[in-house]
Amino acid sequence: MRYLPLNEADRAQMLATIGAKSVDDLFVDVPASARLTAPVDLPRYAGEMEVEAQIKAMAAKNLSPSRVPFFVGAGAYRHHVPSTVDHIIQRSEFLTSYTPYQPEIAQGTLQVLFEFQTQVARLTGMPVANASLYDGSTAAAEGVLMAQRITKRNKAVMSGGLHPHYTHTVETLAHAVGMETEALTPAVDAEAEVLKHIDKDTACVVVQTPNVFGTATDLTQIAEAAQAAGALLIVVVTEVMSLGLLKSPGEMGADIVAVEGQSIGVPLSFGGPYVGLFAAKEKYLRQMPGRLCGETVDADGERGFVLTLSTREQHIRRDKATSNICTNSGLCALAFSIHMSLLGQEGLKRVAKINYAKAHALKDQLASIAGIDALTPRFFNEFTIKLPKVAAEIVEVLAAKGILGGVPFTRLHKDAAFDNHLIIAVTETVSDTDMSAFVAALKEVL
Amino acid sequence: MSMNAVGRPTRPDDIAETSAEFKSLTGGKGLLQYERLIFEKKDYTRTGVDFADIDITPSDLGDLVRGDDLGLPGLTEPEAMRHYVRLSQKNHAIDLALYPLGSCTMKHNPRLNEKMARLEGIGDIHPLQPTSTVQGALELMDTLAHWLKTLTGMPAVALSPKAGAHGELCGLLSIKAAHEAKGQGHRRTVLVPSSAHGTNPATAAFVGYSVREIAQTSDGRVDLADLKSKITDDVAAIMLTNPNTCGLFERDIVDIAKLIHDAGAYFYCDGANFNAIVGRVRPGDLGVDAMHINLHKTFSTPHGGGGPGAGPVVLSEALAAYAPTPWVVNSGNGYVLEEFGEEASAANFGRMCAFHGQMGMYVRALTYMLSHGSDGLRQVAEDAVLNANYIKASLQDIMSVPFPDGPCMHEALFDDKWLEGTQVTTLDFAKAMIDEGFHPMTMYFPLVVHGAMLIEPTETESKAELDRFIDTLRALAASALATKNNTDDVARFKNAPHLAPTRRLDETKAARQPKLTYG
Repeated sequence: MRYLPLNEADRAQMLATIGAKSVDDLFVDVPASARLTAPVDLPRYAGEMEVEAQIKAMAAKNLSPSRVPFFVGAGAYRHHVPSTVDHIIQRSEFLTSYTPYQPEIAQGTLQVLFEFQTQVARLTGMPVANASLYDGSTAAAEGVLMAQRITKRNKAVMSGGLHPHYTHTVETLAHAVGMETEALTPAVDAEAEVLKHIDKDTACVVVQTPNVFGTATDLTQIAEAAQAAGALLIVVVTEVMSLGLLKSPGEMGADIVAVEGQSIGVPLSFGGPYVGLFAAKEKYLRQMPGRLCGETVDADGERGFVLTLSTREQHIRRDKATSNICTNSGLCALAFSIHMSLLGQEGLKRVAKINYAKAHALKDQLASIAGIDALTPRFFNEFTIKLPKVAAEIVEVLAAKGILGGVPFTRLHKDAAFDNHLIIAVTETVSDTDMSAFVAALKEVL
Repeated sequence: MSMNAVGRPTRPDDIAETSAEFKSLTGGKGLLQYERLIFEKKDYTRTGVDFADIDITPSDLGDLVRGDDLGLPGLTEPEAMRHYVRLSQKNHAIDLALYPLGSCTMKHNPRLNEKMARLEGIGDIHPLQPTSTVQGALELMDTLAHWLKTLTGMPAVALSPKAGAHGELCGLLSIKAAHEAKGQGHRRTVLVPSSAHGTNPATAAFVGYSVREIAQTSDGRVDLADLKSKITDDVAAIMLTNPNTCGLFERDIVDIAKLIHDAGAYFYCDGANFNAIVGRVRPGDLGVDAMHINLHKTFSTPHGGGGPGAGPVVLSEALAAYAPTPWVVNSGNGYVLEEFGEEASAANFGRMCAFHGQMGMYVRALTYMLSHGSDGLRQVAEDAVLNANYIKASLQDIMSVPFPDGPCMHEALFDDKWLEGTQVTTLDFAKAMIDEGFHPMTMYFPLVVHGAMLIEPTETESKAELDRFIDTLRALAASALATKNNTDDVARFKNAPHLAPTRRLDETKAARQPKLTYG
């Protein structure tokens, strides 16, 4: 077996050193009734070629976005990732290392995390950021629990523009800790509605921009009003590329920011692994979940980096920890950081403008088709249209024609009022030809 | 002095002895380059990606457009490559040497797994494409589920949790939902052994349960008498790691499961150590109701410097109905992704995350499983246990073992009794290993053993590498013991590491004056 270095001679010698007759002697503590005497009923050992053929056969049954005009978004986006990113993250020293518990031999990972935290802080316009969470949705949920710890209040109000998967994830975790949640009815452009639902028990309002329908909103006034009522504003961003063009959550007054970072550096990979970016105001630092990397000095006075403030964490505080999180999304954070460094603010602004221009060009073309209503008033690279037919059916017809034409809102949230709503994302990877093909196909099927 | 034809010295005879205090002018150490932060290069105009700078008029956005300065520096491709390669060389890695972190299972990561995760049709597909266009992806998830269920002897699995602790949360939420469905919502206590991973009590507290600690016997297992005395009618579950964090199999596990079930509670097993028993023991046969499986441990998806992981949770018949959305159903006429939980089970407790979990890890883990097969996975457990016992047998005459009787499982636990009277602590000993080229073992965990040193070699170490490790530890141990009588070797430990990219770091300063971002 190619992954197992011991041979029979090694095993015999080692058993002799141990003083055991056979390897079975090492499993004597297992109750006799539970000892399997033969391999379970699954296929036996297979070589690289056979395994590769099996996995490739499954891959071949999927329609690859790289082969067809592609407009699917709603929380995960197809962007160009420079080849360098994937090369670097596959270096042994990054790929096959553990959480940096021994900082003297993990300065590579630690310096990357320090740079990552700084990038996230600057991108979101917030003073502090952590070393990543699982993804945007769990980051949003952690943000809600953090707001409960800070305000000692017990209710979260979620905007109707929040991605329904995020709403559902927050509800699951918030209810687990005994919090109440109020999820407002989905709406294309009604973020300020949250303010009407704040009461003395409201810990936070959760608002997404651009929201799940693509609508971008200035949250400055919502922040002020929420904070005046003693609640925190949690800003959710599912398309991090938008921060190259749009005002940052920090500038708008956010208390906590939860971002899905996938768009920068991380492949779509059918939904995961992704990377949650998490940032907050400095005064809330000690209530933050997850790992934090901090600067310090070594015994010679030289700069170095360590994981810090671990007295918040489960391995020290056990049942008093701020979160149970341990493993997070280190390698995806690295990929994010490399891609962000390659872009720089100059590249980020440029690609953001291209996204904006392409999305608006497609919206204009679609809006001119009879029967289609373009609903999103202000947007970055994603917008919602209302079709004269059921969106889920149209999407299937388009897929059969080799076009992946967006996400029906009912895929995320079942509600007949939204049967005809289709969310369409346009990134720099979409060509003019792709757009023409989409417009032509849609005209044909409507 | 010997010279070559152009008068260049060819032997080092005349080179002055290098002082231990030698410092380079650049701050680097030869191949280990000093590397500034990207922010210290202060270049905000450069970019390593060639996008045209187009003109747009974002009239719909108005005041929402951001100002020009984001404070994010850019690097061209060659600069980026240098930056990250230089940083990478300051990391220890499995590919470099033994990484014996107990409980963490740092085994070889096969590169075929990486290749498969990047296939067109796997790495690039979107979670919200029509399911008719991702039938192969759903088949892959269903196949992984089948392997996990068969290997554990459990009837159901929730794939979506994103790491071990997330899996623990999923398991406890299933248990909570089951109790509530049966009108047993008053059960709010979780029994946790004193040796448990920190995530266990943290997760229990997270779901609003209180934690009641179970004592341990002198042979490192759950104290059955103490357990019995602590089972009251408010107990919701026990969270037990097996093999436990002392590296020992819980001999009474079947009895423990029966006690728990008889009391109307559920048995959550922390599956962090499944690597020790895969293919030889099915947790379902032990009475387990829920267990997370760290795909990044047992099934070798890379640890990546701290994730991403994946923590699918296998569930017993009693809990299966409460599994979170989404799940995959093989309808016989194609695969269906059930995202709302309406059809098969309205009892699901909710959703763990957006989308369907860690597909990139599923494909790596399945590739690993298909490669090993049922026979190879059994061999994995046997070799992992053999390697750990070999280390224990080869060191226990010089280092002290808290539970000497009987075999250990996949990890060998030592304490610091043998260091009494020396000038060396567990921390010093661990740091001295760094100078010898090895990553330290897990130290000061489990908490129940004083000065614990937990060594998990895994099955992917050759005997030659194990022998090299054992010889090194024996030599270091002898040096540590010598400090009982003289001070010659004290600096080796107290000042260690001497040869790492940095010296020992001031963690107190980092915590007292937190500096988490540049500038």
